[in-house]
Amino acid sequence: MLPALLIMALGAVLLGAALGFAAVKFRVEGDPLTEKIDAILPQTQCGQCGYPGCKPYATAIAKGEADINQCPPGGDEGIRKLADLLGREYKPLSAEHGVEKPKALAVIDEARCIGCTLCIQACPVDAIVGAAKQMHTVIAAQCTGCELCVPPCPVDCIAMVPIAEDISNWKWKYPVVAIKPVATR
Amino acid sequence: MRLFNFNGGVKPEPHKKDAAELPIAVSPAPTFLVIPLHQSIGGTPRPLVNAGDLVLKGQRIGAADVSTLGEMSSAVHASTSGQVVAVEERCMPHPSGLSALCVIIQPDGRDQWIARQPFDYRHHSPSDTRAYLRDAGIVGLGGAVFPTHLKISSGKHSALDTLIINGAECEPFITCDDRLMRERADAVLRGIVILRELLNARQVLIGIEDNKPEALAAIQAALTTCTEKNDAAIKVVAVPTRYPAGGAKQLIRMLTGIEVPHGKRATDYGVQCFNVGTAYAVYEAIALGQPLVSRIVTVAGNVAAPRNYEVLIGTPMKDLIAHSHPLDDTNRLIMGGPMMGVTMPGADVPVIKATNCILVGSPKLFPPPPPEMPCIRCGECAKACPADLQPFELYWFSRAKIFGKAQEYHLFDCIECGCCAYVCPSNIPLVDYYRFAKSEIWAHEREKASADEARERYEFRQLREAREQQEKAARLAAKTAASRAALLANMAENNPVSNATLVSENTSGATTPAKPAAPTPAELIAAALARARAQATEAKNTTHLSTAQQAEIDAIEARRAEIRTQAQPHFPPDD
Repeated sequence: MLPALLIMALGAVLLGAALGFAAVKFRVEGDPLTEKIDAILPQTQCGQCGYPGCKPYATAIAKGEADINQCPPGGDEGIRKLADLLGREYKPLSAEHGVEKPKALAVIDEARCIGCTLCIQACPVDAIVGAAKQMHTVIAAQCTGCELCVPPCPVDCIAMVPIAEDISNWKWKYPVVAIKPVATR
Repeated sequence: MRLFNFNGGVKPEPHKKDAAELPIAVSPAPTFLVIPLHQSIGGTPRPLVNAGDLVLKGQRIGAADVSTLGEMSSAVHASTSGQVVAVEERCMPHPSGLSALCVIIQPDGRDQWIARQPFDYRHHSPSDTRAYLRDAGIVGLGGAVFPTHLKISSGKHSALDTLIINGAECEPFITCDDRLMRERADAVLRGIVILRELLNARQVLIGIEDNKPEALAAIQAALTTCTEKNDAAIKVVAVPTRYPAGGAKQLIRMLTGIEVPHGKRATDYGVQCFNVGTAYAVYEAIALGQPLVSRIVTVAGNVAAPRNYEVLIGTPMKDLIAHSHPLDDTNRLIMGGPMMGVTMPGADVPVIKATNCILVGSPKLFPPPPPEMPCIRCGECAKACPADLQPFELYWFSRAKIFGKAQEYHLFDCIECGCCAYVCPSNIPLVDYYRFAKSEIWAHEREKASADEARERYEFRQLREAREQQEKAARLAAKTAASRAALLANMAENNPVSNATLVSENTSGATTPAKPAAPTPAELIAAALARARAQATEAKNTTHLSTAQQAEIDAIEARRAEIRTQAQPHFPPDD
């Protein structure tokens, strides 16, 4: 009886020690779920979801405070991926947060720009260069198309231009079999 | 020499005889040359000429873009002398039919070369040689148009074991490499010798399919007479005729037995592969100082006289095929062969460095594919796949848009040779599905990369804003502390008694360092009042005025008062 108890107790102590060690040694920093959700979000940082960026929205989803259908740039596909990840039901994009649009880039009409720097302050990814009373311009490669620079502009010189298809971003289409009418009698 | 084998492959009808029998004809310069700037894998070269400029044959008109993708770009040149008419967007020889920037040249008919100087690669560093080949616009002419200078650089660390020269030319209808080897074997061989020296290769194997006995004999004859080869390490090997023996990985496997695994390159195993056309272009660039301005193109298919032509890069396809007299029922042009070629958006598109063949199609020669039927899981495609993939799995996942799984089944090892679709009894256009899946995956990856960059920049901005706020707060605190210290010093001067008490307090609390005691609110208010009084008695710009100035001011004030009374007759003036 006693040896059996001792063996069990020893086992418990050893396993406890091993688990305790593993908990310290392999500790995961941060919230892995938030990271996973953030990786799905498009990183437009547009704030259309009602949160001040993709990371805060990801945190809110992870906490259960926000729904998964509040991200218009992520679109239908993004919602499906979030639903897959979180094991929830798919639901269509919530209309109050906006509609899915083709990806666009902000373009500053440089002739009309007065150099007020308001768009520079609004850009969440620092993709606009310029200085006070100097012409501003958008770095196209870094623009996420969030549209946050459009409302602050006092002279309305920023336009959202949809990205045109060119040879570098052209995609092969899904093969479709042409349906031929059958000869009629 | 022992030959190895690759799995799969097919034996389509070759259709090579007609075009291979006639010697290469020179296609004359057309009315206008349309030279696309982007003709190789990598960055788009930037234009060096403007409309109206006069150019000579071989003059560089597009400089390799070395800023965005490292060295991954190659220059383009004027194919003949003449005048630049425009630098504008033109329809590209690309399945999309989209436009890209082209240089349009009107030939002057003189075909006048730039000053041509052979490049002495033996007395230049490898990096100089690479830069020279890049600026000469040399790219892989087998169809992949990979910049050749990048393949030379891979040999810099260690000596290459085997240099493979690809003269297999396995695709039906195409005979441009065959004719090149027959007619210009010496030049091809010299190019091979140069490549061998640049790569420091131990041996060279020239692989040619055994359905080209004349080409085999010509290269063999050139080899026996060649004086530059200096040892017997260059071998010509006849390989069995089976499509796609001309695929780089398949040819490497046949000649060396090395099967390059997924995610590795042939250079990791000491093997490098070049096309015979590329070897010829290297010879022209290094020994003759001529950049790549023309190439051999097969015109075959639905034409009266199929033949090979030496064509200036930028010649519109309709001008080229006119020499071979296309038949009346011609309905489309295919760039490349019947297995891997892509249909062109029109006949106006130019011949580019990647154009090895223009296949003229007609509904009779290439009937529209019969309707796609369901996959019956027969496994014929897997038997035919030369890349040892499972095409049916790739097809299901691509069709269902499950791209992650398609990638797990090594979709990107697919060389799009078309063997699977060729043998498919259900007529499924398998390669179309793979191309669709590949471009979707590339688009996803581009999006992912830009999202990652946006996240990084967003987080950096948050960090910067927090830091700026902190710095501002710190600056403000420092300023307050400084003004307090100044105030204290001021008070100490005016009030030595309180100063004395301060000092005594400080000395009594011996352990604490000398720290100015906070002044009481009453003292602060008194000090502020004193400052305000001092400001009130300070001289203003109107304190000391000459009588003339005073008179002027009075006159102005009087005018103002009058205007006010006139402007607001019903109200008393403001002041």
